[in-house]
Amino acid sequence: MMLVLLGLIVWAAGWVLNVWISRLPRTRATALAVPAVFGVTLILMWECLVRGLGVPSVILPPPSAILVRLGSSVPVLWLDFVQTVLKGALSGYIIGCGAAFVTAIIVDRYDFLRRGLLPVGNFMAALPVIGIAPILVMWFGFDWQSKAAVVVVMVFFPMLVNAVQGLQDTTVMQRDLMRTYAAGYWTTLIKLRLPAAMPFLFNGLKIASTLALIGAIVAEFFGSPTRGMGFRISTSVGQLALDLVWAEIVVAALAGSAFYGGIALLERAVTFWHPSQRK
Amino acid sequence: MMRSVFPVLAVVAVLIAIWYAAAVWLNTPWALDKAKRAEVTLSTSDLIADTWAQDKPKLPAPHQVAIEIWNTTVEKKITSKRSLIYHSWITMSATVLGFALGTALGFALAVGIVYNRVMDMSVMPWVIASQTIPILAIAPMIIVVLNAVGISGLLPKALISMYLSFFPVVVGMVKGLRSPDAMQLDQMRTWNASGGQEFIKLRLPASMPYLFTSMKIAMAASLVGAIVGELPTGAVAGLGARLLAGSYYGQTVQIWSALLMAAALAAVLVGVIGAIQRVTLKRMGLA
Repeated sequence: MMLVLLGLIVWAAGWVLNVWISRLPRTRATALAVPAVFGVTLILMWECLVRGLGVPSVILPPPSAILVRLGSSVPVLWLDFVQTVLKGALSGYIIGCGAAFVTAIIVDRYDFLRRGLLPVGNFMAALPVIGIAPILVMWFGFDWQSKAAVVVVMVFFPMLVNAVQGLQDTTVMQRDLMRTYAAGYWTTLIKLRLPAAMPFLFNGLKIASTLALIGAIVAEFFGSPTRGMGFRISTSVGQLALDLVWAEIVVAALAGSAFYGGIALLERAVTFWHPSQRK
Repeated sequence: MMRSVFPVLAVVAVLIAIWYAAAVWLNTPWALDKAKRAEVTLSTSDLIADTWAQDKPKLPAPHQVAIEIWNTTVEKKITSKRSLIYHSWITMSATVLGFALGTALGFALAVGIVYNRVMDMSVMPWVIASQTIPILAIAPMIIVVLNAVGISGLLPKALISMYLSFFPVVVGMVKGLRSPDAMQLDQMRTWNASGGQEFIKLRLPASMPYLFTSMKIAMAASLVGAIVGELPTGAVAGLGARLLAGSYYGQTVQIWSALLMAAALAAVLVGVIGAIQRVTLKRMGLA
């Protein structure tokens, strides 16, 4: 009961603190502090309420138990990380985005393809592509190749649609200027249209980064070697070892955020000229 | 609109042709193997005919899938467990429920974020962070845990759909509710409009185009959530269960038919929102 009370006090304190910080002039520090306080409050409340109300750990383990598990099973988690993120998601991501980019340049060259392929691509991007996972697992076997294949299919169409859209994002005036410089197709592509397409390309890359991780993990539900994050999650749920599942989720969340953050940083470096990046 | 009909049809025709060719290519080893054991030599036309008519092909030909869909939708009774309509109905009800919950949650969060500075600063970064977590990965756990608490059936799947679909709605609605510019807001103030009136008469109408675009994305995400949510329930019912059962027993035709059904379902659900969008925006004079 004491712990429940403590949880409520933590909640109230976090709320008051946040209201106070948000009244301060808006700087970089306050913009970071408010969500941080919110997150810490949430975790403390989770800990207090789970312990205070005696929620069994097979339903929701407290954060401290998850942290302990995270520390004690680093080798297993690392093995799963390599199998799922580095082998499955990352290789599929690179192949899929690369293929989509090359296709986009070809599609962009021919108006007929653009008019035909773009509606189809838009339609495919809205489909539950994840359903193709069991088929690809059947074709490419249980190891990481099938996971990479699922990721390739999942990231291809969102990336294609964004890249084609980006390649069209130049004005007539800009293209005319390139023509007055006597620039050919390739020069125009490299010097004008690819740089102009960068914001769209990075938008596609960001969407694809979260899809890649989801694809690689869900594909493992349909069959995998005895390692990998999806495998570990589905078997640990069966064994009611929920602290390991949550540790796996923490790793996935960190990997996903790092992946996304890395691309966002790269975007800031490449498209520093774009209005959304300027201060 | 009409200008792109021919190119689209051409691309679809090419895709189907590639599909047939791939079916020949992928199914040939098995056909040759079978012929070798039966000690007959196959002519090329026999070989091609065989690759398009196997029981458990690696890649079923399009017409095999079409026949399977016809058999499991039109020929079967709707209440039968073999009917794809029955399974689609189960998946669709979870999808729509999850979508409704997610849209409501997203809408509420967006209103809070627009009107409350503390919420804007504290919740918004976490809403974005929540989507870098591959939430589908914990779908099995949510299902199993909720089962242990005694919640089963439609709701756990709908909760996963909700988690996936609230995000696009939050992002779109925050943008939409903030889309009226300072001039319009000032105009409302000169008319002595209260906060509620400003919301109903200016911000809400202005956000409609954003809302519909977000709802289309949310619906597609919600369907994915429902399908993945059906995987760990032990393949009882629903399109996801059909996928899993098909992959257990190597019934590729069944997998493909479930997949195409899911695609059709997505097209119908997103299409319905698109139709509502057109009618609404037209009546509002926005489109």
